[in-house]
Amino acid sequence: MTSIETHLPTDVSASTPAIATWLTTADHKKVGRLFIGTSFVALLAGLVLAILVTFERINADSYQILSDNSVPQVLAAVRLLLTFGTVVPLLLGLSIAIVPLQLGARSNAFPRLAAAGFWTWLTGLGLALASIIGNGGPSGGNSDLVDLYLAGSIVLGLGVLMTATSIAVSVLTTRAPGMGILRAPLFTWSSLVGSLALILTMPVLIGTTVYVYIDHRYARAGFGGNTGVNQWIGWALSQPFSYLLAIPALGIVLDVVPTICRTRLAQRSVAFGAVGVVAVAALATVTQTSITLPWDGAKFLDNAGTKIADLLPFLLLNVVPVLGLLGVLGLSLLTLKSTKPVISAPLTFVLIGLLGILLGAAAHIVGLVQDAGLTGSIYEAGVYVPITFGAITIAFGGICYWGPKLWGRSISDKAAIPLALLALLAIGLDSIPYYIAGFADQPTGLVNGFSYSGPQDLWNALTCAGFVVMLLASIAFVGLALKSFTSGAVAGNDPWDGTSLEWATSSPPPAENFAGVIVVNSATPLADIKSGSSNGKVA
Amino acid sequence: MLALPPASQPAPRRQVFVGTAVAGAAGFMLIGGMMATWLKFRADAPVRESLKRGFIKDWMPAKIVVPEVAANMMLLGLLVVCIMAQWAVYSAKRNDRAHTGLALGVTALMTLAIVNAQIFIWTQMGVGAKDGAFHSMFYAATGTMTVLLLSGLVYTAVAAFRYLGGRTKEVELVSAHALYWYFLAAAFFAVWFVIYVQK
Repeated sequence: MTSIETHLPTDVSASTPAIATWLTTADHKKVGRLFIGTSFVALLAGLVLAILVTFERINADSYQILSDNSVPQVLAAVRLLLTFGTVVPLLLGLSIAIVPLQLGARSNAFPRLAAAGFWTWLTGLGLALASIIGNGGPSGGNSDLVDLYLAGSIVLGLGVLMTATSIAVSVLTTRAPGMGILRAPLFTWSSLVGSLALILTMPVLIGTTVYVYIDHRYARAGFGGNTGVNQWIGWALSQPFSYLLAIPALGIVLDVVPTICRTRLAQRSVAFGAVGVVAVAALATVTQTSITLPWDGAKFLDNAGTKIADLLPFLLLNVVPVLGLLGVLGLSLLTLKSTKPVISAPLTFVLIGLLGILLGAAAHIVGLVQDAGLTGSIYEAGVYVPITFGAITIAFGGICYWGPKLWGRSISDKAAIPLALLALLAIGLDSIPYYIAGFADQPTGLVNGFSYSGPQDLWNALTCAGFVVMLLASIAFVGLALKSFTSGAVAGNDPWDGTSLEWATSSPPPAENFAGVIVVNSATPLADIKSGSSNGKVA
Repeated sequence: MLALPPASQPAPRRQVFVGTAVAGAAGFMLIGGMMATWLKFRADAPVRESLKRGFIKDWMPAKIVVPEVAANMMLLGLLVVCIMAQWAVYSAKRNDRAHTGLALGVTALMTLAIVNAQIFIWTQMGVGAKDGAFHSMFYAATGTMTVLLLSGLVYTAVAAFRYLGGRTKEVELVSAHALYWYFLAAAFFAVWFVIYVQK
């Protein structure tokens, strides 16, 4: 007698209150949406704080919105909200929601681990922010709350680590039959690379924070007390670490461009290499102390041997990531050139975001030339902001692109494209004035009590305007996403005529993603099914 | 005519094993990063003259005596744990439930002994975390290692419950469990050399 194993009903939502369903869900699509939704809140809060800081800088002597003691904490809160509150969860959320669909998998690996990762991350972020509000962040005056900030940072790091582990193991173990890693979509590849980078770096941050926490709580002998917090763990809130966090965004670019252009990506294998090069070089940079370049002006050729010895690690660690980014841009342009591109919101967002990341990465190189004298100047913010805004802008493009798979409805192209242009304006306003102010020796970490020759009010007013523009663009995008979520046009299963597997299932996908098993024969499995060269299904 | 339900998804490729390897890599970076910070502090410490050893780094206070025998026994204990964990894999592959259970039981027992040795070291040293940089860092590093050891104990308990509970086909879990103990042994070797030997 043959017995047939049937699946148990998995939809228990009918008998469970909606709030309980969301609190206890392990469905990767819902966990991804939780990450994305929460990151929107953090983004808006971070931008409001950034506007406060930059507004006070406009007239450094007159405005006194922030007390001197609170400045380091507010600056830390801005970085925390934009980096670990926005960029990380936005890209992790997209990865958790979309990568299993691209793999043709029924679920992600260790779904409960990913769900626990979200709640752990949220708890850590909440603890860290609560401690800052109570005068307990870096350089904070309340000792117990400084401890809470450190403990919150450890919890936050654990949450990110858990989610990254789920993504990496998903890519390594749940690919559809026939899908070798080189047949996986570029977003899947970049999510794997980005997750592995997090898995290798977050533990170092956690370990260091454990040292700082125990030293601060008990001894205050080795790590500089409350003022040493930023010195020891601040590297996670600046570049080159921000490169690592932006890696999954490169995959979004490389997936969106060919699909929107209805063509195949030019030099696909090179694209894998470009993403890998950015990751490896950025990882190498993170593990090193900052390698700067002594230029010595006209005397550069003196002691040429020593100079070359300095130049080689500088080029390897700082220039190679930019070459990888240029590779991604070049492949995107080649793909665009091969066809007549249709202007659409995802395409506009991702190209503008990529330009932002490139701008920040290129500026980072200049900032490391010793003779430029930019160390400790506001120039550093001009490197951080375009990379961060670039990654956020690309993620916005990813949400426009995968909106149908996230909630079954489309985001209006006409309404979204102007927001991408606003993001471009914000990136420009929050980088170029910073560079000029940096060369004029405006110090970083201060909001008042500085002066230098030149129109310092103008440069700081422009950066403030940049944050206002980004805030407006973000509010409008969140509103647009909410409108799409509640009353947007119902999307078809394959609105972009895609070639990867996420478009082979319904929008939004059912609980187990796919009705059957899809066998992959090439890097464009859905195109194969459409052309009839593969039925794509196991008989 | 009733349709058959869809074919089930093929089993993921060694998901627990790969997950354990990834977790092991993360753990190794955790301990590696902490040891690197320890060595940086040790290298940056000023030099002082010792009556017995000439000029030495003024890092570990002279009055502190680290119970090295207990630390060495911890290392040896972890070697035994690795052998036991591998014995569990060997037995599980041969469907030998009794010996698998025995091996996992000894693994858990040895882990408890290792944790006990760590507590012995803390109590015998008789110093507090608030006494200085060396002290706070010592507790941070060895405490983190102990948390990892306890996570290994939990892993052993889960593997034992699942295997002895009847899932005897799940050899992969037992293999992944052994991999985790290999990682822990390597991580402890680093801690042992840096903190207990180099100090």
